Amino acid sequence: MLTLTDIERKEYSNIWVVAEVSSGAVQPVTHELIGAARELADARKSEVWTVAMGSDISSDAKSLFAYGADKVIVVDDARLDGIQDEVEAKALVRLINKYKPEVVLCAATVKGRALIPRVAVMANCGLTADCTGLSIDPENGDLLQTRPAFGGNILATIRCSNHRPQMATVRPRVMKAPEPDRGRQGEIISECILDTDADKVKKIIEIFHSSEATLNLSDARIIIAGGRGMKGPEGFELLKKFASRVGGAVGASRAAVDAGWIPYTHQIGQTGQTVQTTLYIACGISGQIQHLVGMQSCDVIVAIDKVPDTPMMQMADIAIVGDLFEIVPEILNELPKL
Amino acid sequence: MKIVVCIKQVPATNDAKIDPETKRIIREGLKAIMNPFDTYALEEGVRLREKLGGEVIALTMGPPKAEAVLREALAAGADRGILLSDRAFGGSDTWATSYALAKAIEKIGDVDLVICGKQAIDGDTAQVGPGISAHLNWMQAASVMAVEQVDESCITVKRMHEEGHDICKMQLPAVLTVVKDINTPRIPSLKGRLAAQKAQIPVWKPEDIGADPDKLGLNGSPTRVVKTQPPDPRQTDTIRIEGTAQECARALVRELRLRSLV
Repeated sequence: MLTLTDIERKEYSNIWVVAEVSSGAVQPVTHELIGAARELADARKSEVWTVAMGSDISSDAKSLFAYGADKVIVVDDARLDGIQDEVEAKALVRLINKYKPEVVLCAATVKGRALIPRVAVMANCGLTADCTGLSIDPENGDLLQTRPAFGGNILATIRCSNHRPQMATVRPRVMKAPEPDRGRQGEIISECILDTDADKVKKIIEIFHSSEATLNLSDARIIIAGGRGMKGPEGFELLKKFASRVGGAVGASRAAVDAGWIPYTHQIGQTGQTVQTTLYIACGISGQIQHLVGMQSCDVIVAIDKVPDTPMMQMADIAIVGDLFEIVPEILNELPKL
Repeated sequence: MKIVVCIKQVPATNDAKIDPETKRIIREGLKAIMNPFDTYALEEGVRLREKLGGEVIALTMGPPKAEAVLREALAAGADRGILLSDRAFGGSDTWATSYALAKAIEKIGDVDLVICGKQAIDGDTAQVGPGISAHLNWMQAASVMAVEQVDESCITVKRMHEEGHDICKMQLPAVLTVVKDINTPRIPSLKGRLAAQKAQIPVWKPEDIGADPDKLGLNGSPTRVVKTQPPDPRQTDTIRIEGTAQECARALVRELRLRSLV
């Protein structure tokens, strides 16, 4: 594979963040990535640039300086409405070739995880998914990328010495967003670089955004999850109430999803989503391995179950033995009023 | 319609045990299975063929023993299987893997649709599907939860995302990555299994697919794993709370407030 010489590699500088744009707005995960990029840029004595691509996002793009961006490249185009992997990938590769960033960070969201592997292939560079740690090797300035594999059972450190840019994705809520400094200024660079190649534009026929605030698992700080012990769809109504009270999302085990009690979009585990929240409360989930691999990296795990010795109760930091249908309403009573 | 389904052989976690010390899964000694997401990709391919006619080709890259997942795919309805296997493919990262698979898809020729599982359960990257699509310069749709409509030139799919879904129409040829919601895979018949055991499975090497040796295996992989380590073990002392519902609730809320979690 074409590798870069030392001299070619030195042409690449600055740390880029690809802004997560959905429904015409820059999403909070972008601020978290800018925070991480700021630390890398400081170590490399370089700048943080953010690329904001979308329809009607120019005004939102200006807000990114407050979080630590020095420059923001704005590609504002009506054709970027909805998820358009091919168009965005092409635009991003053009920007990479033009400005030569050293590192490109992107959110490990559904959108980012579809877009960025396409970019990495087109730009001939390496990509590490779902990094939980990013640092600069003091010896040669390479990006050291740490990521869990095999459902969180191994942590691998990955580097990409001979290719630039070095690309990585990071899940929402893994990095901490810096406090915004509203007075901070930066430079906006507007780019009109989209192709007119109409074949490669998807026709978005319908976009459905659920009105349920308890749906978005990847962006949640707290997840209240239910399993077979919820006994039916009514059980999940209780968990939705619980989740809304604590500002969390509702998760489910495969058993509950397969029983039809709650849609698949809520499934956590091997064939659902992997989550890494600050708090995970498992209600009536026995803890099959396939579920545990999807949530074992959460910071604090609470299990509520009648059966005292399930794998979930053993893994939990806090295990409550009892009837969740009695305990959860009591928890709602005890929680501080919002 | 000519459909290629990409499959990966992965270690099964079904019968894995948890290490009592670290509270993490013991990986050693696990048997090999078809990546669970790929079973949905295969089923969707077979269903499309049953509706539209054509052919489903199961494709995998791996060591010689990976042939076993192709036989499973044949038993579950694939028409033929192809194994990419050679030392030169060893050590491939997602860039090099997607390159090799894309070259094999070009070699198969006249392919209308490639279907992959959303991600493999060992690497968890979800990069190979979009990577194949980029190498082929085809269109792609990731996290597909339903195929709404297909004709000779276009496909309409429903994509799952964090806050709901969308429906989009794109030109063929294209690459899809699919999630579990898309279907319920069938159980292979005994007859299917027997036929699959007898099938000839060709093994393709780099020269068979016209691959550039510099883009294969470790050589062709921009990323290098420099270190692997077990993650920090979870704390091993579980706080147990028992009592009346109200006592349990109070104790939990106290614990959570101590940790500033609520």
